Amino acid sequence: MSTRSVVPFGPHHPVLPEPIHLDLVLEDEKVVDVIPSIGFIHRGLEKLVEKRDFRDFVYVAERMCGICSFMHGMSYCEAVEHIMGVELPPRAKYLRTIWCELSRLHSHLLWLGLLADAFGFESLFMQCWRLREKILDMFEASTGGRLIFSVNKIGGQRRDMDNAMLHGFVEKLGGLEEDLKGITSTFLANSAVNSRLKGVGYMTKKMAQEYGVAGPFMRASGIARDTRKLGYDAYGDLNFEPITSTEGDCYARTQVRVRELFQSIDLIRQAVAKIPEGPVAVPIRGFPKGEYMVRVEQPRGEAIYYVKANGTKFLDRFRVRTPTFANVPAMIELMKGCRLSEIPMLILTIDPCVSCIER
Amino acid sequence: MSLFTFAKTEFHNLFSRPVTEQYPQKPKQFKERTRGHIENNIDLCILCGMCARKCPSNAITVNRAERTWEIRPFSCVQCGSCVENCPKKCLSMCQSYTRPGPEQTARLLRKPQPAAKPQPAAKPKFSAAPAPVGKSAS
Repeated sequence: MSTRSVVPFGPHHPVLPEPIHLDLVLEDEKVVDVIPSIGFIHRGLEKLVEKRDFRDFVYVAERMCGICSFMHGMSYCEAVEHIMGVELPPRAKYLRTIWCELSRLHSHLLWLGLLADAFGFESLFMQCWRLREKILDMFEASTGGRLIFSVNKIGGQRRDMDNAMLHGFVEKLGGLEEDLKGITSTFLANSAVNSRLKGVGYMTKKMAQEYGVAGPFMRASGIARDTRKLGYDAYGDLNFEPITSTEGDCYARTQVRVRELFQSIDLIRQAVAKIPEGPVAVPIRGFPKGEYMVRVEQPRGEAIYYVKANGTKFLDRFRVRTPTFANVPAMIELMKGCRLSEIPMLILTIDPCVSCIER
Repeated sequence: MSLFTFAKTEFHNLFSRPVTEQYPQKPKQFKERTRGHIENNIDLCILCGMCARKCPSNAITVNRAERTWEIRPFSCVQCGSCVENCPKKCLSMCQSYTRPGPEQTARLLRKPQPAAKPQPAAKPKFSAAPAPVGKSAS
């Protein structure tokens, strides 16, 4: 009978994008059990909502996470706008959609880079992040910040992107699309990469449903659900279908995210073609009273935001259920029975954003 | 499955210049809208304290008694909330980032005392009122 040893993995590890601790119970090379610990990056941001004016809390909400930052700020604003009965001007909705899709592009490119780094292919990691820099330049030109944009406010957007800027972006994205085709063919066709991804972490459709997972992690197991189809912001006017795969392993999840990259570029083109003229914000009066839940499609999956207001300038409660929190139990289950060298792949395959789990 | 999918990029990279920017030898080019750091035109500032109240990270301290406005640049998150809410528009967001340093020094601006207002001329002190016009001194 082989002896069991417990290897502590994280919170500091070169392969981890964010701090999470896993105690891996190993029998030789095989992982028998995984005990997770979270809480290294808990900052008490949900409690802070009781101490900041609800108009200023947008800046705190968007700093919950660096990668998903735009959608956190946007969803908080949407929840408060619904409670106050504020109707957004259509141009603001389109701008939000465009920035959302650019965020998704940059997040998936970041993830592709981290995945390449996880199996040791550092040059591919650098190439993905070199292409991501082009998107970060677009963010800096339009919002002033590379990761934290601070363009959302309750009632609309603080900044506008004029048509010249939007068309410039669409042109740059066209050039990016060509570069992306070259890089993603390495992920999907290269035999060395495939040997690390195919057959690893197979999740059946039934398991995905039982564990309640979200995002590309879920769609790669055959469940065609995308929260963008709810039609919030300008998504109701855009033409797209959820991207799914039936294979359910790490390779299928990579494939789904790669196809989502190209889908995002297409969505941005559609939105820029249809964006109407008009104001980008409406003034707001008074304080919110009531509660509302908003569901958006973060790059990692469906995120749920609950806001409860009591009529004063401080909100009662702000609760966020992020997609990574829903994916972690399934990830733990997939890890049982795998080899130690597959652990980085399995952690990255859910696209973990631990800052979001533990605000 | 192919073997040489990355070969074209590798070959291209062998013979081209590095993409890395040679910062700080080559100074960084900021974009027009880059949110770098906050500046205050203290002559226009009325020390109302609105910026300090609005700051989500409490980076600004306004002291009306001592007529000072202080910002801690390393606490500032460059959100622009102070700039938006300033009633006198004396605050502005500048492009360059806060320079790194060995300590988190704060930046204190002192508003000079206003120049003394010109006082009205003092009334001349006479012992008797001047004689009224028209009355003859008889």
